[in-house]
Amino acid sequence: MKLIYFAWVRERVGKSEEELDPPPEVSTVGELIVWLKGRGEGYAYAFEKAATVRAALDRVHVRHSAAIAGAKEIAFFPPMTGG
Amino acid sequence: MATVRVQRDDFDAGREAAALAGGRRGVGAVTSFVGYCRDEGGTLAALELEHYPGMAEAEMARVAAEAEARWPLLGVTILHRYGRIEPGEQIVLVAVASAHRGEAFAAAEMLMDYLKTRAPFWKRAIRADGTVEGWVDAKETDDALAARWEAAGR
Repeated sequence: MKLIYFAWVRERVGKSEEELDPPPEVSTVGELIVWLKGRGEGYAYAFEKAATVRAALDRVHVRHSAAIAGAKEIAFFPPMTGG
Repeated sequence: MATVRVQRDDFDAGREAAALAGGRRGVGAVTSFVGYCRDEGGTLAALELEHYPGMAEAEMARVAAEAEARWPLLGVTILHRYGRIEPGEQIVLVAVASAHRGEAFAAAEMLMDYLKTRAPFWKRAIRADGTVEGWVDAKETDDALAARWEAAGR
């Protein structure tokens, strides 16, 4: 699946997007975050306060409890500050 | 069907509002709101706005559809800019056409409250002394303003 990062999540992870295949036991957004945090310092820093990071599956806002099965694109970003 | 655009360039708010009325005889009210970049007492040189291409347009369209489901609207236009925006420049436009003023005012306000908390845009401040500040923090007051529309029900 394609992972995309924005704003300070992107800066801390150190890249704007990547293709990753998490193991099958990673079934929700929250579990994906835990798995990502184990991938390195940048990820651990980006998700250190995981509850503040927002997620979107295929460009729709979701909670961390959402299942990721079938999603093509998962995005992580800070609370929005547009307008 | 709402008009939704995400663009780097500035927009003509007056023309957009006029286009919503557009000689349509059933339109009795058009409200428009423009959000500007402010200089914060002379300390801000510019904002840099990042967005999520594709999702930004999709979320703006979803927010517009919610307003259209809630009130009998005759047209909605939402424009949002990205990139570098300096004090005095326009950032966002919401314009609503309806038969009567009540729903046009209310819908424009709800649209802005929802855009603030749901449209995937992020601001970074560039200070007058050239320092690039961190990302602007989201405000809890914005969440509260958006939530009151949920509480109000339909």
